[in-house]
Amino acid sequence: MAELTNQAVLERLQSKFGAFISDVEEPYGLLTITTTRDQIIPMLEFLHADQDLQMNFLTTMCGIHYPSNKDKELGLIYHVHSLVHNVRLRIKIFFPISDPVVPTATGLYAAANWMEREAFDFYGIKFEGHPNLIRILNVEDMDYHPMLRHYPLEDGTREDKVDLFFGR
Amino acid sequence: MAEIKKAAEVKHPANPVHGSLQVADSFNNELTTLNLGPTHPATHGIFQNILQMDGEKIVSGVPTIGYIHRAFEKIAERRPFYQITPLTDRMNYCSAPINNMGWWMTVEKLLGVKTPKRADYIRVIAMELARIADHLICNSILGVDTGAFTGFLYVFQEREKIYEIYEEICGSRLTTNMGRIGGMERDLSPAAIAKLRTFLKDFPKVWAEFETMFNRNRIFMDRTQNVGPITAERALNYGFTGPNLRAAGVDYDVRVMNPYSSYQDFEFDIPVGSNGDTYDRFMVRNEEVWQSLRIINQALDNLPEGPFHADAPEYYLPAKQQVYRNMEALIYHFKIVMGEIEAPVGEVYHSVEGGNGELGFYLISDGGRTPYRLHFRRPCYIYYQAYPEMVVGTSLSDAIVILSSMNVIAGELDA
Repeated sequence: MAELTNQAVLERLQSKFGAFISDVEEPYGLLTITTTRDQIIPMLEFLHADQDLQMNFLTTMCGIHYPSNKDKELGLIYHVHSLVHNVRLRIKIFFPISDPVVPTATGLYAAANWMEREAFDFYGIKFEGHPNLIRILNVEDMDYHPMLRHYPLEDGTREDKVDLFFGR
Repeated sequence: MAEIKKAAEVKHPANPVHGSLQVADSFNNELTTLNLGPTHPATHGIFQNILQMDGEKIVSGVPTIGYIHRAFEKIAERRPFYQITPLTDRMNYCSAPINNMGWWMTVEKLLGVKTPKRADYIRVIAMELARIADHLICNSILGVDTGAFTGFLYVFQEREKIYEIYEEICGSRLTTNMGRIGGMERDLSPAAIAKLRTFLKDFPKVWAEFETMFNRNRIFMDRTQNVGPITAERALNYGFTGPNLRAAGVDYDVRVMNPYSSYQDFEFDIPVGSNGDTYDRFMVRNEEVWQSLRIINQALDNLPEGPFHADAPEYYLPAKQQVYRNMEALIYHFKIVMGEIEAPVGEVYHSVEGGNGELGFYLISDGGRTPYRLHFRRPCYIYYQAYPEMVVGTSLSDAIVILSSMNVIAGELDA
């Protein structure tokens, strides 16, 4: 069996999802691509089913918030892993904070259940079709999503903690 | 959340081992709601399971977690790299050195720091000791939950000795905060080596005795074999890693798949199970302890000469004596303590084989003094989701045993 390279993975994906793949990078050897939220589930399904790639292990997924990226404030980052070929792939999707709805991956990965609940809890990302989308780590009556960047860690009214020299 | 239903109305999922449940003739045709936890002696941590019971059989289970959620990912966004290690200590507190080293390696990958061999070997020794401590607790607690208390008290003395070795390596015991960017904070002292040698001489006898007590014990086998099995396919779908996945027969081990910290220098085996049941998980952990001992022996015998940290003064906290006498050291000390080390813009994922699975760190740096985003892949957070599926159809006493054998650590679950 020939060794699977990042280049081969990318070519395989581009032959299928060519127009939907952007921002191809390789930071520290890990192939990273960006796609759209409509394509994320078909892409995960393709990676899962494809006999050459066999990327059928969802290592982790997490949300992210970039307040200054207009209409792409929120994001989700999936890490999938082909245990057979030992190749990892990082897939990112970005979408506006005003419309934080993403299709769920729970149909494909049972592991995605709590990961998505965590992303909902932290960032308020709503997963369409999730069987039980409620908060997981924070209390149920919390009325905000604490990992969004506009919630500071420290009490905003305190002035003795302002650090003019070193910033955050 | 918990409501009483007529037993006849509840749809019973088929369990691969126990088959579908026969419930029609239960008392009053009603289900009982049982709160297992949050503070129950058998959960070994603060988390809750709301079980629907039909007599002694479990019909459904709903886990509730987050009781010790401390928002580490949020806190990490305000902390320089050196101040994040204490957070990692408090995730899987049974094997804190692995978490520490995983974090240092992630930062080193981002900064491009290459560690010398001696530092790698000392790290391997610390990590394998942590693995022994972790498996030792998990397996002996499993014994307690099946009614055998003696083994637990017996091997816990050995954990104390491991903690004494930690003390010699880094000065602390449970939350170790061990190591630095680029290596270790100090070299292995003669006292540490002496304690390691004594441990390596004495511990195998203790562990062999522990195994004699359990491995072929009829009662223990009856309590654990075919209890809570999971197939390899389901385990992969649930994102299992570590001993729990290997017990199901998948030989995925990060130490072999993506060697870090010079693991490729050592010879060791990866034990795998076949049924993925409680007994297999127990046996895989038992064998991994022997393999860890093998690795420590090799690391100690072949400990390379040379520096115990990388020559990276801008990242490696200088020795205190130097800070008082040397201008550069003083400047670097100040900059590092104030978190003013220069980090490149980039993102890096690094994972290590933790006590209970692939412990991953996903770090996004925007060039500032703190991470822009830091996500921890906590193995037990991911595999604990499978618990309801594994306990449905079993009895309450089995559910306790399954929980113990999964090695769920509340600190890591909630982060």
